[in-house]
Amino acid sequence: MARIVAGVATSHVPAIAAALDLGKSGEPYWKRVFDGYQRSKEWIRKVDPDVIILVYNDHASAFSLEIIPTFALGCAAQFPIADEGWGPRPVPAVKGHPELAAHIAQSVILDEFDLTIVNRMDVDHGLTVPLSLMYGQPKEWPCPVIPLAVNVVQYPPPTGRRCYHLGRAIRKAVESFDQNLRVVVFGTGGMSHQLQGPRAGLINKAFDERFLDAIARDPAALTRISHVEYLREAGSEGIELVMWLVMRGALDDEVEEVHRFYHVPASNTALGHIILENRK
Amino acid sequence: MGKPNEYDDIPGTTVFDAQRSRQGYHLNMFCMSLMKAENRAAFKANERAYLDRYPMTEEQKQAVLDRDWNRMISLGGNIYFLAKLFFTDGKSFQYVAAVMTGSTQEEYAQMMLNGGRPPEGNRYTAEWEKKQEWKKRG
Repeated sequence: MARIVAGVATSHVPAIAAALDLGKSGEPYWKRVFDGYQRSKEWIRKVDPDVIILVYNDHASAFSLEIIPTFALGCAAQFPIADEGWGPRPVPAVKGHPELAAHIAQSVILDEFDLTIVNRMDVDHGLTVPLSLMYGQPKEWPCPVIPLAVNVVQYPPPTGRRCYHLGRAIRKAVESFDQNLRVVVFGTGGMSHQLQGPRAGLINKAFDERFLDAIARDPAALTRISHVEYLREAGSEGIELVMWLVMRGALDDEVEEVHRFYHVPASNTALGHIILENRK
Repeated sequence: MGKPNEYDDIPGTTVFDAQRSRQGYHLNMFCMSLMKAENRAAFKANERAYLDRYPMTEEQKQAVLDRDWNRMISLGGNIYFLAKLFFTDGKSFQYVAAVMTGSTQEEYAQMMLNGGRPPEGNRYTAEWEKKQEWKKRG
C-alpha cells in the first residue's frame, strides 16, 4: 500500500530560480535564503520519497486565459520545463508517475472533486523552484513528481476549505494504491506578498507567523480564512496560501514539525517554509 | 456588472476577477504571445503594428505603448501576463512593482529589505483617503 509520510510547504519565488541558475546563490542576499534550506536538503535525502505530489500554480505558462482549470492533475509520463520568456530553466525535465496519477484522478473524481486531467503540460517556476530548494541542482530529479496545478491567477481560487478536503481525498486515493510507495506532498506559494498596484510590497509578518503555527497545529482554523481576509491581510498574491492546505489535508491531524524557516524579503515576497511529518 | 465586491475597499489593489478577465482578455492574450521569440522580435520591430493584430481597445493599446502598468491593470491586465511584456523589455518584477507604487527601484528595494510595506494603515481605502487628506493639509 502506498502512504503519505510527510508534507513540505514552501514559497516558490521566481527570483530564487534566477539566483540559482545564474550562480548567485552565494551572494549574501541569497545565501540567507538558501541557508534556510540546508536542513531540508538533508531531511529529504534521508526520507528519500518514491513519489512527490506537488501542489503549485501555473503563472500564465501552461494555461493562458483560454482554459482556466481550478484543479488540474498532471497524469503524463514527463513534463517539459516551460519557457517563461527567457528560455526554459536549466533544470532536468520532470518525470511523472502516470499510474498513481491516474489512480488519484479516478479516486478523487468519484469522491466528488471534479478535477481536470492534463496529459500534456509544461511546468514553470511554481513547480521547479520548490524542487531546486529541496534538491539543489541534480542531473536528474531523484523521484517522479505528480503536479497538481491550482488556479490562483483568476479570482476566485478554490477556498481553503475545499483545498483541505481535496488533500484528504488525495490521501484516501494514495492509501488505496496497491504499490508500496512512500509519498511526500508539497504545498507551495505564498507567503504574504503583493506584486501589483500602489500597494505592492505588502508583507504581513504577524499573519504569516500565525499561519505557520496553525498549519502545524490547528489547520482547521486556517480553513475558515475567507478570500477577502487573504487579500486584505496577506496581499493579492498571498492568497496562494490556500495551496498549503491541500498538503495539510493529506497529512494526519497530529503531525511532527521537523523544520521551519521564515525570511523577508525574497524579492517582493515573504518566504515561508515548513516540514511536517506523520508520526506513525 | 453586479453589485460592488467586498474586496473593492482594499487600497491600491485590483482583484483580477472574472469581470476583469473578460475585460482584459485580448490585452492578456497579446502579452501571452510574447512568450515566443519571433513574436517578441515582431513586437519590438513595430509595437503599434503588432498591437493592431489584437482586438484590444485603443486605451489598452495606448497603455501598452506608454508602459503605464497601473493603467494596464485598471483595463483588465493581470500581473502574470503583463510580466511577459516587462520581461520582453528586460525589466524585473521588482522594477515594475517600484513603478506601480510611485517609488524608485532603490527606494522600493530598501522598503523590502526593511520588512516590506506593513499592513497597518494599508488595509482599507478609507485609511489611504485619510492620509491624502493630511497630506493636502500639510
